[in-house]
Amino acid sequence: MTDALLDIKDVVVEYPSKGFRKKPFKALKGVSLDIRQGETVGLVGESGSGKTTLGRAVLGLAPVTGGSIKYRGQEISKATRAERRVLSHEIQVVFQDPFTSLNPSMTIEQILTEPLTVRKVGRQAANERVAELLDQVRLPAGAAHRLPREFSGGQRQRVAIARALALDPKLIVCDEPVSALDLSTQARVMELFIEIQERTGVAYLFVSHDLAVVRHLSHRVAVMYHGEIVEWGDGEQVTGAPEHPYTQRLFMAAPIPDPDRQAQHRADRLRLLEQQREQDVQAGVA
Amino acid sequence: MIETPLAVPAGAAKVSLFRRLLTHPTGVVSMVLLVLVALASVLAPLLATHDPNTASVQQVLAKAGSGHILGADSAGRDVLSRLLFAGQFSLAGALLALAVALVLGVTAGLAAGYYGGWFDSASSWLTGLMMALPGMVVLLAARAVVGPSMWLSMMIFGVLLSPAFFRLVYASVTAVRNELYVDAARVSGLSDVRIIGRHILTVVRAPAIIQSAMVLGIAIAIQAGLEFLGLGDRNIPTWGSMLNDGFINIFKSPTLVLWPALVIGLVCIALTLLANAMRDELERSRGPVKKSRKAAAAEAAADAEGAADKRGAAAVVHADEPSEDDGEILLEVTDLGVAYDQPDGSTTHVVNHVNLTVRRGEVHGLVGESGSGKSQTAFSILRLLPQGGRITGGSIFFEGKDLAQLSEKEMTQVRGKRIAYIPQEPMSNLDSAFTVGSQLMEPMRVCLGISKAQARKRALALLARVGIPNPERTFDAYPHQISGGMAQRVLIAGAVSCEPDLLIADEPTTALDVTVQAEVLNLLRELQDELNMGVILVTHNFGVVADLCDRVTVMQTGRVVETGPVRSIFNHAQHPYTRQLLGAILEDTAPRGQYTLKELKGVTS
Repeated sequence: MTDALLDIKDVVVEYPSKGFRKKPFKALKGVSLDIRQGETVGLVGESGSGKTTLGRAVLGLAPVTGGSIKYRGQEISKATRAERRVLSHEIQVVFQDPFTSLNPSMTIEQILTEPLTVRKVGRQAANERVAELLDQVRLPAGAAHRLPREFSGGQRQRVAIARALALDPKLIVCDEPVSALDLSTQARVMELFIEIQERTGVAYLFVSHDLAVVRHLSHRVAVMYHGEIVEWGDGEQVTGAPEHPYTQRLFMAAPIPDPDRQAQHRADRLRLLEQQREQDVQAGVA
Repeated sequence: MIETPLAVPAGAAKVSLFRRLLTHPTGVVSMVLLVLVALASVLAPLLATHDPNTASVQQVLAKAGSGHILGADSAGRDVLSRLLFAGQFSLAGALLALAVALVLGVTAGLAAGYYGGWFDSASSWLTGLMMALPGMVVLLAARAVVGPSMWLSMMIFGVLLSPAFFRLVYASVTAVRNELYVDAARVSGLSDVRIIGRHILTVVRAPAIIQSAMVLGIAIAIQAGLEFLGLGDRNIPTWGSMLNDGFINIFKSPTLVLWPALVIGLVCIALTLLANAMRDELERSRGPVKKSRKAAAAEAAADAEGAADKRGAAAVVHADEPSEDDGEILLEVTDLGVAYDQPDGSTTHVVNHVNLTVRRGEVHGLVGESGSGKSQTAFSILRLLPQGGRITGGSIFFEGKDLAQLSEKEMTQVRGKRIAYIPQEPMSNLDSAFTVGSQLMEPMRVCLGISKAQARKRALALLARVGIPNPERTFDAYPHQISGGMAQRVLIAGAVSCEPDLLIADEPTTALDVTVQAEVLNLLRELQDELNMGVILVTHNFGVVADLCDRVTVMQTGRVVETGPVRSIFNHAQHPYTRQLLGAILEDTAPRGQYTLKELKGVTS
């Protein structure tokens, strides 16, 4: 695709195993994916499926041992530190845990100006930018001189989003950014993500284990299982009428918040499991 | 749609370590003493009445007073002047050792901790070796090679001291290296030097300062020791060489040994006490302030008053569905209050006037966001409130007994046997030092009084019952060898092993993957049916509530806002908070839809 912002092709990530001459652990086994400008691509999967690793590979935080990651046609999987520094204007990150992703001993202002120092922005301009960023994520200007521990989880996540926005990136990797938040806070932070996207045209690679969250935010969805993408396509299609047996199992497992419909859903799930088991048996016999 | 979260809490001012030390009695005294000694040494040329090295045959061992305030030594040199000038050399020598140790230890520790790899292995090995070497012996050997230079020997000693800093810095750095904020800084394009300076040195700073004070004390003592043995430089005055002189002449002039000994002793004690004071201030975690009985009584009255204010609006109670078959009431919580004592002596109320009724055979969902007091309510039923927490009022009736009034011994009879508990984090609730089997058998043998063989049989049956494919293998496995889902099944097996009447499950599926969650929910439903238990299910997930619960109680900021049968809550919620929670559910919202370039209005690439 020519208009892809990020083009991931057959990416393999291997972590060296502990112990002499042990085979390295393959976290990603050839994953392909693309993200267009202003688009949200959701990445769903269970723990250990490799979804977080894919996000880290894009950020240059995981060892890519095969395949290619191209940003606007430029290969970035083997970028040096200097090249990464240039890329930091383009690709940013929001992590899951708002409690450990902000340095507890730095004020919000210091946290937000840190990425700006790479660009050698002057003090005056940096201060203005901080005020602008806080306004963008709907935090009061007085927040600048406080420490992270004085904020709630939702507020900290807003600070983390503001930090990601500081350099006007074109792509933000969001690693479970709403998973640690309460339900109503989660809804508000998600609205903020959509609002920022509509205003700035930033693209998201949105990693989450929560199907409802991914469905709500993503234009396209990829489902990961054991380091591979098992289903990939239009968000409505993948979350509404999944085709791969694993995706079907995954979506049937999420409980519906309505007692009567959930009772039906539960029965459907058991039927699906039974059906898939029979198919497996038949496949085994054949 | 987006509400502005204006409620930013009041700022806690950053108080510098120095300021805080001024409020610490030993800290102030030792700082004043050290500053005085340092000043006296620096200003020695002004304060001294004599040249420290001018010997005088007439003045040998002169008594104090006659022109010499503290007398003169065996070479007729003025003791006070020597003491002042010796401070310069002794302190400078110790500072040199500290500087060498700091530079070597901190840089090596930072590099080894941050980059790892071969440098990590090599430097760890080297520090191990250096710590194994006896310092004094090395210094004696060094003197034989390089000659009697105080500066050189202190530099060598600095190298020997560097492992103290290396290990400290290394431990701190490895702890923060993988923190997400360091990753975020890397993604921001910051250089390693900058990341280390900004994020890692700040963590290392405080413990390094404390260690410095200790190391300085050691350096002064060792240096004095070397000089006392007569191995130092004879040409410069130091406290150690004065000690040596005093010791030789102890019978002729006993006070000679007193002054250097006093100074060395005081400086070393002051440094150690200062280090302790700094540690107190930096790592302070004060327990609740002990109150006098009178103050406690006054507070109890104030508590009652405050609690009355906090009663607030009554909770919305939905009537039971007529068809519902009322089981016997198993647990009745009335007017429960839970509070925590704060370090400043005040109390924080986290649960106020909570009422809760659980019938036999009923799954009762306790729903709310973080800080709503749902877990606190559950823990107070088990009487397992964390440190500082206590039940301030109300009753918890279970099988005709008020659990709030039982002694700890009586409570032990109830916990595990009659009321069981399933935690949120399965892995941290299994002891990694024992096999799964032994952890399952132990409570059974205590609660049911059965033999080991019987317990083993029962444990294996239970493991099979909770859907573990190979019970024998899991029985012999250690917790780290099984998955999170398996661990939760093991804990469920343990919880139902004594056939309790009431099961309290605190977010039992929150840490699990969604497919595993579905299976664990199924298991809980089957077991609850089989054993006809009452279940209190603490959760924030409405899907889980819809799947399992018969009744629901919604909590907000320590109060019950709405309670009723599960269908009434989902379909006819009345309290605004319940409606807000239900409104935040995403399951029924439309998917984002197709990606269109239209969304990029006003954006040029």
